[in-house]
Amino acid sequence: MSGLVVNRLSVSHGAIEALRAVSFSVEVGQLAAIIGSNGAGKTTLLRALSGLNTQTSGSAQWNEREILGARPDALVRRGISHVSEGKSVIAELSVKENLILGGIWRNKKSDTSAAIAEVVELFPVLGQRMNQSADSLSGGERQMLAIGRALVSRPKLLLLDEPSLGLAPLVIEQIFATIDQLRRKLGLTVVLVEQNAMSALEIADIGIIINLGEVVASGKANELIDDPALRAAYLGY
Amino acid sequence: MQKVIETLLIGLSTGSIYALMSLALVLVWRSTRVVNFAQAGQAMLSTYIGFEIASRSEIFWLGLVFAIAAGALVGAGVDYFFMRVLFKHATSGPAAVVAPVIATLGLLGLIRSIVGLTWGGEFKSIEAPASTDGFSVGDGTIPFSNLDVLIIATVSIILIALAYIFQRTNLGLALRASAYAPEIAQLAGIRTARTRTIGWSIAGAVGGVAGMLVTSNNFLSPYSLDLLLVFGFIAAVIGGLESMVGSVIGALVLGIGLTFILNYVGTSLVFIGGFSVLILVLLIKPDGIMAKGKARRA
Amino acid sequence: MRKKIAIFVLIGWVLLIIGDRVDELRVYQGAQMAMYTIALASIVLLTGYSGQVSLGNGAMMAVGGYGAALTLNNLGTPIWFAFLMAIVTASLFGALLGAAAARVSGPYLAGTTLALAVGLPAIANQFAFLGGEPGLLFDVGFPPERFGDEFTQYKWFFWIACFIALIAIFVTSNILSSRFGRTWRAIRGNSLAAELCGVHSARMKVLAFTVSSGLAGLAGAVLAMTISLVAPGAYGLALSFALVTGAVLAGISSLPGVVLGAFILVVIPEISVALADRLGDADKLNNYLPGLIVSVLLILSVIFTPNGPGENLRKHRHKKPAH
Repeated sequence: MSGLVVNRLSVSHGAIEALRAVSFSVEVGQLAAIIGSNGAGKTTLLRALSGLNTQTSGSAQWNEREILGARPDALVRRGISHVSEGKSVIAELSVKENLILGGIWRNKKSDTSAAIAEVVELFPVLGQRMNQSADSLSGGERQMLAIGRALVSRPKLLLLDEPSLGLAPLVIEQIFATIDQLRRKLGLTVVLVEQNAMSALEIADIGIIINLGEVVASGKANELIDDPALRAAYLGY
Repeated sequence: MQKVIETLLIGLSTGSIYALMSLALVLVWRSTRVVNFAQAGQAMLSTYIGFEIASRSEIFWLGLVFAIAAGALVGAGVDYFFMRVLFKHATSGPAAVVAPVIATLGLLGLIRSIVGLTWGGEFKSIEAPASTDGFSVGDGTIPFSNLDVLIIATVSIILIALAYIFQRTNLGLALRASAYAPEIAQLAGIRTARTRTIGWSIAGAVGGVAGMLVTSNNFLSPYSLDLLLVFGFIAAVIGGLESMVGSVIGALVLGIGLTFILNYVGTSLVFIGGFSVLILVLLIKPDGIMAKGKARRA
Repeated sequence: MRKKIAIFVLIGWVLLIIGDRVDELRVYQGAQMAMYTIALASIVLLTGYSGQVSLGNGAMMAVGGYGAALTLNNLGTPIWFAFLMAIVTASLFGALLGAAAARVSGPYLAGTTLALAVGLPAIANQFAFLGGEPGLLFDVGFPPERFGDEFTQYKWFFWIACFIALIAIFVTSNILSSRFGRTWRAIRGNSLAAELCGVHSARMKVLAFTVSSGLAGLAGAVLAMTISLVAPGAYGLALSFALVTGAVLAGISSLPGVVLGAFILVVIPEISVALADRLGDADKLNNYLPGLIVSVLLILSVIFTPNGPGENLRKHRHKKPAH
């Protein structure tokens, strides 16, 4: 099967097993929301999928090729981009430099310039701030820059870690709307990790609920929302 | 007045050599979070190689080219064969924090003994590429010479080249990104380990130039670059250790300041002057002159 | 506590007996070993416990050596007072330096102490009262007559050195197992967490550097005694390098390990002289072979047994039953 197939993935941090035999799959073009409380292992999962966590066992395949064991830079070349937790931009660099960074692995600079132009079309606010330092952006703009940087590498699979973290409610709504538009427009497959369960499930096709390192429920997003037991236990309302 | 100006000029020449050494230290510190005390040893080895070539071919510049190449190779080698292994092994326990620093010290000793066993301890000198006779002004001559002009010019060219690489090229962006945020750089597709090795190799090459330039005006021995290392470190601390621009400014300030001490007070107080500057900076402005009130990292 | 005192007295007694049985060279080397033991303890305390690196403990030893020599030569005090003044001068100097460099974290202390070690000869040559390049005499006098004619000068050095080393190690071991030792370890492990528990970590670091400097100063005075001289050449960079190497080889946080470290430091020159004789070209080899051996040992140990050989043994033992 093409798309993302995760099979019995376990990740350990030294002696502690942070993720135990997690399995799920995401079809191409789908948006999967990974839901769970703080410390459930969501970030660990994304870091394993992007090659940052290396103490892994089991398997994870993207379009029928193994991900585990590959270095992050090799995975970027295979179309997997990870926007890590907490507005992952480099504050010391300018907005433009942050964007260039997304295409720095390419040999052809012109491809990157074209990709940056597309990103600026998606996020016009970045275009106005190209030469400012990333430090001067607001929280929401930084999140856009982080996503924009990932888009410059023209990913097929986008891994988003808590894009709503530390943002005002109004901005959160805007970010989720943007993510939803983006993936439809670009045909992206997205794995979205969120504590903000409701907003994430609303734009997701499927949802996976993780607790204490294990998958406790998964299925169509709208069905998960309607399941009263899950709502009470994990979605918190 | 004339004495003030000539002191300034000579200070500029001295300071520009310090600038290379402090840049080398800052480059490595930014990427690896280690102050590489072996930089003096790497520069010394490169300078000895440059000295061999220069004295055989009788062309200083050929020697310089070889010193740069040797510096780059040694720098890359130290990171690749040494620091990587070290970081793999020394990851826990009381020594984890201090192991890298101690290791660079060991490396300095190792290179020094290898150089000593190969070339012996006697002083060598490299034929200067330009006249060391001072310019004549009016009736007398001032100690500022053609060689000083050449040193300032060479350092300027290197600084401009480095500024271009760091500000305008993808390699420079990769180096800066890997230094500021290694993980984000990795997620952007940068091979950070390789980038770091390139950073070490640039630092090594820059250190090699510093060694050759210092030696063109002085002698070379297995210990002759220790003081350069110390002044480079002081300059880097003045600049705050993080900032490349700051380290260059720090080096020029230090070079000029020490030359004033040399000309107005005496040779003997030069080191004590430099050391006092170090202590004062640490007491008053420990984040360096470039700090914007941000807390020190590391 | 009583048991500890008894052990130290016993060690002292054994040392006395050994001192009577071996020849003059070994007695001299014994005194050297005692000196290194004190100096390495100062590094274990600083690096192994408080997590700071000093690359210039040799320079702190020089401060102590000069302090003792100036006291003895100018004031004509008893020897014990000169040694006491070695500790006082070096701690004062250490406190000043530490206030600047140990306060800020990171590599500043390492760089500052290295700068001091490099510049020390220049400083010593600077002031006439320090005697310049040839240095100052440091003469603790002949052994008391009641020990008889057989009792040599070196044996007298050996006795004094061992006596001082035993007291120094005893005191250090008590400091390390006290509240201070525990606090230093806490800072080393996680200075932020220690701060949250109300520890003033900057102050504790400066304190560690001060105590360590005092110990180093004492060792410096003992070194001066064994060569009857305080001169910049004796306290060069090579000494500082050797000390760091000895401490790493001994296991950077193990106080008993310092005896092993001191033994290695005494043996290295002996081995290198033997090697140099065999290989010919004695001049070059004599000058650089000890440095080569020290650096190679330092590099290998920092890579493979960064926490001392003891840790590897312990790991090995722990691993076996687990798998």
